[in-house]
Amino acid sequence: MSTATAQKPKLKTSAMIASIAGDGQRTQAAPFGHALVKLAAERPEIVGMTADLAKYTDLHIFAQAYPERFYQMGMAEQLLMGAAAGFAHEGAMPFVTTYAVFATRRAYDFMHQTIAEDGLNVKIACALPGLTTGYGPSHQAAEDLALMRAMPGMTVIDPCDALDIEQMVPAVAEHKGPVYMRLLRGQVPLVLDEYDYKFELGKAKLVRDGRDVLVISSGIMTMRALEVAKALAADRVDVGVLHVPTIKPLDTSTILREAGRSGRLVVVAENHTTIGGLGEAIATALLRAGVTPQFRQIALPDAFLDAGALPTLHDRYGISTEAMSTTIKGWLG
Amino acid sequence: MDTSVTATRAKIAEHAYRIRRNALRMGEVQGQGYIAQALDIADVLATAYFHAMRYRPEDPAWEGRDRFLLSNGHYAIALYAALIEAGIVPEEELETYGSDDSRLPMSGMASYTPGMEMSGGSLGQGLTIAVGRGLGLKRKGSKSFVYTLFSDGELDEGAVWEGLMSAAHHKLDNLIAIVDVNNQQADGPSSQVMAFEPLTEKMQAFGWFTQRIDGNDLDAVIAAFDAARNHPGPEPRMIIADTLMGCGVPFLEAREKNHFIRVEPNEWQLALEALDAGRTA
Repeated sequence: MSTATAQKPKLKTSAMIASIAGDGQRTQAAPFGHALVKLAAERPEIVGMTADLAKYTDLHIFAQAYPERFYQMGMAEQLLMGAAAGFAHEGAMPFVTTYAVFATRRAYDFMHQTIAEDGLNVKIACALPGLTTGYGPSHQAAEDLALMRAMPGMTVIDPCDALDIEQMVPAVAEHKGPVYMRLLRGQVPLVLDEYDYKFELGKAKLVRDGRDVLVISSGIMTMRALEVAKALAADRVDVGVLHVPTIKPLDTSTILREAGRSGRLVVVAENHTTIGGLGEAIATALLRAGVTPQFRQIALPDAFLDAGALPTLHDRYGISTEAMSTTIKGWLG
Repeated sequence: MDTSVTATRAKIAEHAYRIRRNALRMGEVQGQGYIAQALDIADVLATAYFHAMRYRPEDPAWEGRDRFLLSNGHYAIALYAALIEAGIVPEEELETYGSDDSRLPMSGMASYTPGMEMSGGSLGQGLTIAVGRGLGLKRKGSKSFVYTLFSDGELDEGAVWEGLMSAAHHKLDNLIAIVDVNNQQADGPSSQVMAFEPLTEKMQAFGWFTQRIDGNDLDAVIAAFDAARNHPGPEPRMIIADTLMGCGVPFLEAREKNHFIRVEPNEWQLALEALDAGRTA
């Protein structure tokens, strides 16, 4: 075994909560926590509940501002969901946080039976969505959207950046009923403020127009798509980006209108397994309406994903800016 | 025993009889049902609805009511029988039990039935909801209690223990849980499916003010509800009720113990007659 030397390159981390922000990217700290604190001043019915992950879902900001409205439920996600349901029955609006894997995989029946069946006003905000941790399958929620889309009455949101999250929080509070929202925490990239964009629940927004390719995306993949659009502009490929932060209910009319414009390759890009997410939702909507553009999907494979540094994994699974650019150029021939 | 206590007991006993009777009539409508459980829990429900709980029959959602959460949704037949007796559900709806478009489905669901506070069926969830309700009531400054009934079989579910830990942690002195220990679950006697004793010691160790009673001894049930409500400590309150499946109908009590007992078409009338005989005995 060779001995370590000073020349040994610094290893990339597979740490659980490494930021998804790229080097030098503009970021905003804890947008969810700060937005919730702001909203809670106007809405006394809001309470915060977590399963031992306040610090890692930015709910600690709320806990510091409103200690008497913060409820620690321990590392017990089923209890978290059931208790949130009980709290909502008593007129509160619980914002509950944990990691996406634990909510969707461990406590699914509790969300289904105690919250969704009774249409309760519980907002479930989950960090580490899709592939946003290198920690391995235990923490990688590659199938969370498929699971939550299938739940009747559940609104499902996948925000792109700090701006999206900041505007999403009051919007989901305004919406009556259960919501599952993916959460980016810590230093969160700030991207959409450069565009003429505003989050509206249930609306897809054309963030950038383009003649050759239309990328339809949600979550961090919209950030990636905008980077791809800039990169491919150098190759004189004009890429449009339709951001779909609300996965359910899907803004079918906007998607059909944009995907139906002739001559563009339609690429759905999602930080999620190929199964049951935005790609399949859109494919179904297009087929039902008889709209049949050239259609491609960029998504995570149907597999247990590797552990490793996020940049490594995003390259490996084709959702980094570079990998996406290469893939799309290949499709254009 | 003084006369007022005797009168109270007699009144509750009459309600318990009528709850059993309502349940048998519903069982007859479908020719089946969790009738043995309904009969075993009737004394607890009669005490809850006609002694312990505050509610307004004409306004089941009255904010000042005590909440009753039926975790074991298959006991719906028993709770409907109590809701009918309490005047929350009209008696004539009894004939619709388990039928299409009825407000009284086989498994209890909040959206179907006035006075049904949760959707049970997926066992082991009631206590977690009760914890949230207890927290919510405290935050509102409400004096209402949350009652939740679950079965010994539900003790197999991990989420029950999450609820037990958290109720004590959050000092939910407004929470009264009742475990129906009839020692029967789907695959056999609960103690053999998954040993749960010593239950009193477990509940005490989890930080609950715990009483264990014969759930078909009405005096004991009444005393336990009184003690649970009046206990001065900050602990959540647990009533472990040992019950006899089929209680009140001797030939059903004696029937081979089963989660879903078989009752022949001609036996429903016999069961009602046996119940009546016990009432006058």
